[in-house]
Amino acid sequence: MLNSYVLASAGGLLIGLSAILLMYFNGRILGVSGIVSSLVSLAPSNKLCSAAFILGILISAAVFKQINPAWIPGALPMSLPSLFIAGILVGVGTRLGNGCTSGHGVCGIARLSKRSLAATATFMTVAICTVYVINLLSGVLS
Amino acid sequence: MKALIYLLVGCVFSVGLILSGMTQPLKVVGFLDIFGSWDPSLAFVMGVAVLTTLVGYRLVFLDAKPLCEDSFKLPTLQHIDMRLLSGAVLFGMGWGISGLCPGPALASLVAGSVGIYVFVIAMFLGFVVAPKLIK
Repeated sequence: MLNSYVLASAGGLLIGLSAILLMYFNGRILGVSGIVSSLVSLAPSNKLCSAAFILGILISAAVFKQINPAWIPGALPMSLPSLFIAGILVGVGTRLGNGCTSGHGVCGIARLSKRSLAATATFMTVAICTVYVINLLSGVLS
Repeated sequence: MKALIYLLVGCVFSVGLILSGMTQPLKVVGFLDIFGSWDPSLAFVMGVAVLTTLVGYRLVFLDAKPLCEDSFKLPTLQHIDMRLLSGAVLFGMGWGISGLCPGPALASLVAGSVGIYVFVIAMFLGFVVAPKLIK
């Protein structure tokens, strides 16, 4: 149990470090949804950088999967339509809201941005309520 | 050079996600389940990440410009509007259903399951569709 707190903190440190690196070298916010969605956006953007970022994520993930597959189990064992709907919601929501957990939740709050505070409070609250409702429904149905 | 930085940042960021447990959807849902069997450990991910970034950004902004660009490119929008909040609501629903946000979803592609492919393809569809909804 203690171990998971230490790992969570170490992970948080690395996430912060990566955000600092990107700002120090390239002057950009580390927002995953923004960087990644620019790959399929018509607006001008550096698609090579976006592709390199995704490649970096995949390289580390591939290495760590070899060490311990339990770290990267993939999606929850739920129906494919549920995962499809969740994916659409995440894709549309992060574009409308201009950010996700990294851009708003980490970088935005670190900049003390009002918009990011509002967005983070909103998606955290909605996510908590969503899990509550799903648990409630699955309890009723089972 | 810029792309190499993105590659390095992607690598470090991904290790952070994996060590912290963010790539385990069941753990994420457990963190969001505050009315059930709550697993609060993931609060430390965000807490430490925000504190680290808060201090680091202050040091970085002491310089007039980033190393590889002419200027820092920071968000200019200031006001909280319906577009921001409705987007956050939709994202929160998707995150709660799946336990996946964009970074961990991409990292999870290496798991090679059909479920994660479906999620990521749908996410990209969402990226494409979203600008059309705004107009």
